[in-house]
Amino acid sequence: MKIGVCVKRVPDTETRPKIASDEKNFDLSDAKFVISPYDEFGIEEALKLKEANGGEVVLISLDSSGDVTVIRNGLAMGADRAIIVEGDGERDPYETAVILSNVLKEENFDIVFFGKQGVGHDYQQVPSILAEIMNLPLISVVVELKIDGDKVEAVREIEGGEEVVEAKLPVLISAQKGLNVPRYPSLRGIMAAKKKPIDKKSPEFTAEKLSWEVEKVELPPPRKAGKIVEGEVEEQVKEIISFLSDEVKII
Amino acid sequence: MRRFEGVDFVESDLLLTEEEKLMRDTARKFVEDKVKPIIEEYHRGHRFPIHLVKEMGTLGFLGSNLKGYDFLPGISNVGYGLIMQELERGDSALRSFASVQGALVMYPILTFGSEEQKSKWLPLLASGEKIGCFGLTEPDFGSNPAGMKTTAKKVGSHYILNGSKMWITNGSIADIAVVFAKLEDGNIGGFIVERGMEGFKQVEIKNKFSLRASDTGILYFEDCKVPLENKLPGTKGLKSALMCLTQARYGIGWGVLGPAMECFHIALEYSKERIQFAGKPIASHQLVQEKLVYMLSEITKAQLLSIQVGRLKDEGKAHFSHISLLKKNNVKIAREIAKLSREILGASGIVDDYPVIRHMLNLESVFTYEGTDEIHTLIIGHRITDIPAYY
Ligand SMILES: Cc1cc2nc3c(=O)[nH]c(=O)nc-3n(C[C@H](O)[C@H](O)[C@H](O)COP(=O)(O)OP(=O)(O)OC[C@H]3O[C@@H](n4cnc5c(N)ncnc54)[C@H](O)[C@@H]3O)c2cc1C
Repeated sequence: MKIGVCVKRVPDTETRPKIASDEKNFDLSDAKFVISPYDEFGIEEALKLKEANGGEVVLISLDSSGDVTVIRNGLAMGADRAIIVEGDGERDPYETAVILSNVLKEENFDIVFFGKQGVGHDYQQVPSILAEIMNLPLISVVVELKIDGDKVEAVREIEGGEEVVEAKLPVLISAQKGLNVPRYPSLRGIMAAKKKPIDKKSPEFTAEKLSWEVEKVELPPPRKAGKIVEGEVEEQVKEIISFLSDEVKII
Repeated sequence: MRRFEGVDFVESDLLLTEEEKLMRDTARKFVEDKVKPIIEEYHRGHRFPIHLVKEMGTLGFLGSNLKGYDFLPGISNVGYGLIMQELERGDSALRSFASVQGALVMYPILTFGSEEQKSKWLPLLASGEKIGCFGLTEPDFGSNPAGMKTTAKKVGSHYILNGSKMWITNGSIADIAVVFAKLEDGNIGGFIVERGMEGFKQVEIKNKFSLRASDTGILYFEDCKVPLENKLPGTKGLKSALMCLTQARYGIGWGVLGPAMECFHIALEYSKERIQFAGKPIASHQLVQEKLVYMLSEITKAQLLSIQVGRLKDEGKAHFSHISLLKKNNVKIAREIAKLSREILGASGIVDDYPVIRHMLNLESVFTYEGTDEIHTLIIGHRITDIPAYY
């Protein structure tokens, strides 16, 4: 089984965002980078499929940073090889999907995993656009997956419940938390990752540009100072009650 | 409180390889996920979290710098040190476990063992399926193990061991013990003694105020029958035991950077949040800053020393006195840093809401075991003056 996993290098979720001087981008010079956490569920599921059925797990990433550490981490978890499409800066979801579709078509995977979203920008668009471009079924927000021959059965998370979806390979899957518990790379895995191939490609953008542009990014306004009630307990209670009933009107 | 992300004032991360950083980050994640949430409970209960052993084995943390078999990761000594650092940030108990298993049990079997001993025990020890301990210290002989009273007498197809070993990490839980004993010719030899062998008893030491989450035991040998093939054929006198100690001390030198960095991190964050006098954080007082700067300075110097000794070790150029300096210096500053951190936390520092007092107490054992601070001073003194001053 030939399994692809699209992974994105993103700033660690604990990063405190700083806005770059052009006010359109983030200044990430101090940030620590990781694989987008949802993508890790994709990698884990891919590795489990490979362990059950044999085959190959290939990581694909569109990334212009030149830093391969994050991809190595995925190889250390157990993926066999990686393809990095080196871009020339941030791409919007449509451009990303077009560029990735060229790699996916070339590789001809039986199944391709994504995270349900890439943390940071959180567009949640790439898998859907790709499915459209490639004319393949996409099962999104998957929390359980069974594959038997070319039969696919997936459980999706939906508002207030779950939905069971069936499809046939080839298929695209976007992973949600709960699908599995991603493994840690073992030391032997880390040593082996050093020798695994990382193929670097330049982006091929083969479509009409449909994009939008980021006008401006802003941080949310700083929180206003809280209100401190003082005095005797009874007075404090009265003050809190009048605040809740008169000012915020919730009681 | 801001999340711990290491302490790296002079960008010594630049001295690490990509793999070494990944190894450290993996160990850190393991400790955050699996150790931090449970460790206070095990510390309070005076219990070793034995369920973590197999997972450490799967990740390759046991004997990770040893080479020669497929199942041994054979990573660099700096990578190994970084893993020890992260484990000990969880608790010195975990690092002690990994030190004993890797440096004091797997290393001697690999270095002094027969082919049968290696193929039988190394895979089981690397995976964590079997646990080992190392018996050198005796009730009457600590810093001076040459005086040991435990004897091994050859009788027919067995060696008969008599004596006892005290303060033995993993002593009561171990499946096998690497034990040093005096042979009839007065030389010291090493043996693999297996749990359940006739005349072998393992007893836990209770009521410790330090390393409470580690198992420490006493090993008793009363006409203990050990088959001839359980002697480690390559052991040649006390020197063989000391070679093991050099391996373990190297890991300890790195390990204590974990608690040192954590205690510094907590003291720094706490002092920025804690308000005393004129509405100002305690970090605004010069006396507090002086302590914080001392901690950071010592950590930074210790990190650079560790990396250099690690690189020397990879090249086969680390002398045991280099490793004495690493163990002595780093444990001393870690112990001092834990104490200063506890001071900065005031009363909050005496409860286990923060890991500081636990680290502080653990480091008392680490200061004493594997050669006390004084013994390492004497080893370095011997090296530079060429005059032994042990007695
Ligand atoms: C938690 C724990 C785990 C341990 N695990 C193990 C283990 O797994 N295996 C093992 O074999 N041992 C183990 N030990 C034993 C440890 O290695 C010894 O405690 C250590 O070597 C010191 O020996 P001692 O306690 O007998 O102290 P002593 O040797 O009696 O020393 C007492 C004091 O006298 C000082 N002193 C001694 N000689 C001199 C000198 N010539 N000059 C100046 N000062 C001197 C020492 O520095 C120390 O301060 C462990 C100990 C502890 C506490």
